[in-house]
Amino acid sequence: MIDDTQPLLQVEQVRKLFPLKTAGSLVPLRAARRTALLHAVDGVDLSIGRGESVGLVGESGCGKSTLVRLITRTLDPTEGSIRFRGEDIGGIPASRFARVPQRKLIQMVFQDPTDSLNPRYTARDTIAEPLRLLGNLSGTALSDRIEAIAALVQMPRELLGRFPHQLSGGQKARVGIARAVALEPSLLILDEPTAALDVSVQAVILHLLADLREKLGMSYLFVSHDLNIVRLLCDRVMVMYLGRIVESGPARQVFEAPRHPYTRALLSAIPGLGGEASRRIRLEGDPTSPVDPDPGRCRFHGRCPKGQDACTRSSPSLVQMAPGHAVACHFPESA
Amino acid sequence: MTELAGLRHVRYVLADNPVTAGAFALFGFFVLLALFGPWLAPFDPLATSPDKVLQPPSAAHWFGTDQLGRDILSRVIVATGLDFGMALAAVLLSFGLGCALGACAGYYGGWIDRSVSRLADTIMAFPLFVLAMAIVAALGNSVENIIYATAIINLPFYIRVARSEVNVRRNAGFVEAARLSGNTEARILAFHLFPNILPPVMVQISLNMGWAILNAAGLSFIGLGVRPPQPEWGIMVAEGASYMISGEWWVSFFPGMVLMLAVFCFNLLGDGLRDMIDPRRRT
Amino acid sequence: MDTRVPLLSVESLGVEFRTRGGIVHALEDISFSVGKGETVGIVGESGSGQSVLFYAVLGILDAAGRITGGRAVFGGLDLVRASAPELEEIRGREAAMIFQNPRVALNPIRKVGHQIEDVLARHTSTPSADLRRRAIEALASVRIPDPERRYHAYPFELSGGLCQRIMIAIALACTPSLLVADEPTTGLDVTTQAAVMDLIGELARQRNMATVLITHDLGLAAEHCDRIVVMHAGHVVETAPTAELFAHPRHPYTARLIATTPHAGSDLRSLAAIPGYLPDLRRSDLPACRFSERCERAEPACGERPLARLDAGGVHSVACRSPL
Repeated sequence: MIDDTQPLLQVEQVRKLFPLKTAGSLVPLRAARRTALLHAVDGVDLSIGRGESVGLVGESGCGKSTLVRLITRTLDPTEGSIRFRGEDIGGIPASRFARVPQRKLIQMVFQDPTDSLNPRYTARDTIAEPLRLLGNLSGTALSDRIEAIAALVQMPRELLGRFPHQLSGGQKARVGIARAVALEPSLLILDEPTAALDVSVQAVILHLLADLREKLGMSYLFVSHDLNIVRLLCDRVMVMYLGRIVESGPARQVFEAPRHPYTRALLSAIPGLGGEASRRIRLEGDPTSPVDPDPGRCRFHGRCPKGQDACTRSSPSLVQMAPGHAVACHFPESA
Repeated sequence: MTELAGLRHVRYVLADNPVTAGAFALFGFFVLLALFGPWLAPFDPLATSPDKVLQPPSAAHWFGTDQLGRDILSRVIVATGLDFGMALAAVLLSFGLGCALGACAGYYGGWIDRSVSRLADTIMAFPLFVLAMAIVAALGNSVENIIYATAIINLPFYIRVARSEVNVRRNAGFVEAARLSGNTEARILAFHLFPNILPPVMVQISLNMGWAILNAAGLSFIGLGVRPPQPEWGIMVAEGASYMISGEWWVSFFPGMVLMLAVFCFNLLGDGLRDMIDPRRRT
Repeated sequence: MDTRVPLLSVESLGVEFRTRGGIVHALEDISFSVGKGETVGIVGESGSGQSVLFYAVLGILDAAGRITGGRAVFGGLDLVRASAPELEEIRGREAAMIFQNPRVALNPIRKVGHQIEDVLARHTSTPSADLRRRAIEALASVRIPDPERRYHAYPFELSGGLCQRIMIAIALACTPSLLVADEPTTGLDVTTQAAVMDLIGELARQRNMATVLITHDLGLAAEHCDRIVVMHAGHVVETAPTAELFAHPRHPYTARLIATTPHAGSDLRSLAAIPGYLPDLRRSDLPACRFSERCERAEPACGERPLARLDAGGVHSVACRSPL
């Protein structure tokens, strides 16, 4: 049956390439008429253990949203395997995934609570939907369960009848979390769950998420661009740049002694309360285009403060630097 | 709680905008006439009386009588049911079909979108009234065929509204969230997207009703569809047209006036509905 | 004590909005100043009225809004009483504002170079032959790579960070003495945010331009501002030099705000939430101290009698009855 020694989720060499629409010339040009490919996720390995909380950090356009959609199985990978509890789920087409038993075990909290709630559904309708469709609950069993979950996310019962526009940002976030944890999934993906919230509410939601993980024993994949927040909830961190993982390791190590120049730049860009950050690393220029990138050069080259000729000749792969700490860089920082 | 807030909003819009309130009152009045016309009419709309031919408006016959001595007021009242009925049936038909086609086109894209959009473009390429005439002429001269013809020429409007409204929402977070809640694509379309496109479509329905009435009456005016002696606004205007020059203006004036009022009422109603459901006006 | 004449000095400014749900008491008794070349951060939760404050000062308030009293003296002119043409002149030339979401603020169907030229032509006496050169210079000044090429770009062809640089270029084209940046980096990536903020800081230093940074991100304000004004529900609750504010916050709200912001040294346990919500500003029975209902140090008097503004030594002032 299910092999308990396997990690909960194991993603191997997964790629997602999107063909780009070529700008319309009416007469097809004979030569070089190959469609350009956007390499959104380009050979990513990741694994998440049972009960583990993993952070995925990167800036917009780095492919983290695509990676998330591959893992939630609402998008089909171009290549690679996705195994969940030892079973291959990467091969199940996304259009059929709503009806497989794994659907209820992989759930997600969305970034913008306003956008991710149907404006015509009350909080109760929203929370009820997965319970009805995937949990086969109805009648009093359903309404009991809804109220239990509302209590779990500390949402007052009287708010359940409200529509999203009648709820505050924090309350909407709770509805989104309630919907995601209603079926007690074993893997919960959190896509910037606090990005749209005020700081004062953010703290409450982060505490709630930490409590829920303990109570329900879920694994988290926490996606964010804010390392300060990722660090609060995650055991392990992965940093993504242009479709690839450039550094991964225990949160503490990555945070305190980043090895990849991009991680260092990312960390130093976060404004801290300490006033003027010392020795800031600033990235110049724009990222390389993810459309048909040159496979023979480092994608960070051009913005990298340490870039050398070697970086244009081969693309670095993830190399273990210390136990559990891997970096994809030709010239990693020393610990 | 929510119904109450909704009602309060409706009341606010009506109080804020007396024209809309007037349109709603007029609409209610027309609905009343349509439903209870035969009982409200003072005379039998089909009863001819050769002794009272072409009498001007009077205390007994408010709208006068026509060339066969029939009471024009009663005929106008009874015709409401038929005209509204035809328009409503046509609009509901094009609403159902148009929304289904448009929503699929907007959601799935690809070849479905291309073929549905081309269909809409093709219909729009004809002068719509001429197209309706041709359809009735081809299908046969009956009330049902007027309804079909009116439905077909209105189809593109629903297709376009539904397509664009679904298209802007198909990548919304709540659609992706619905997928994770176990909805299949068809369920997402029916239970998540459709309720969200209803408000703009309702506005379209209201604006379209006036147009559909005009279209049905127009077809009858040129002799297609409804046949005399059936009371119908378009026919009545047509029948009275020849008397205009001889001074018996009331024969076509009153049905024409009521027709105009009905169309006007639906257009105002559409504008009012738009204000009511526009989220920017709801705080 | 600071004896310089401030560039902008706002005194007892009040603003209210008439809405269907009643009168919103958006701002009450706002006083603060911005010195020449100084960078001042205006921080608080969203809904505290930071943006409205500068809409009122620059005369671009919504039609429903009304200034109920007070003064906003900018370069000797009281903006509250200034005429529309005077305000327009000030806005174009002396005080510029940049907004969140630059893509919306830019005209989508006009080349960015032309948009800069429009501003130059309207507010400066640049001869039309020089417009193009000046526009390219302006693009170069905000360190847009390859300005000659970008001059011909449309906003949709540029990334969010580049669009914000264009906005800065437009705002600074007439060398204003005050730049109001309203959440200029919300929605940008952290590395882009850092670059944009560095750019604003550097240009401000070069031109001795005062900058007001409206933000909800305490970290951002800490890093880039000389002085910080903390707002809560339409009141200024505390004003202090940055280092002083973070080392010794006096207002309970400021302290709460600092404690709720994650930073490099914090862990989840130390991250404390601010209890309660901003009060509904439509209420007619708003307490004198609008934080009193969320405050653990509140006494009955806090809700009743007008706020005491304490001078907590030098330039640090706090509006609290029992400060920390």
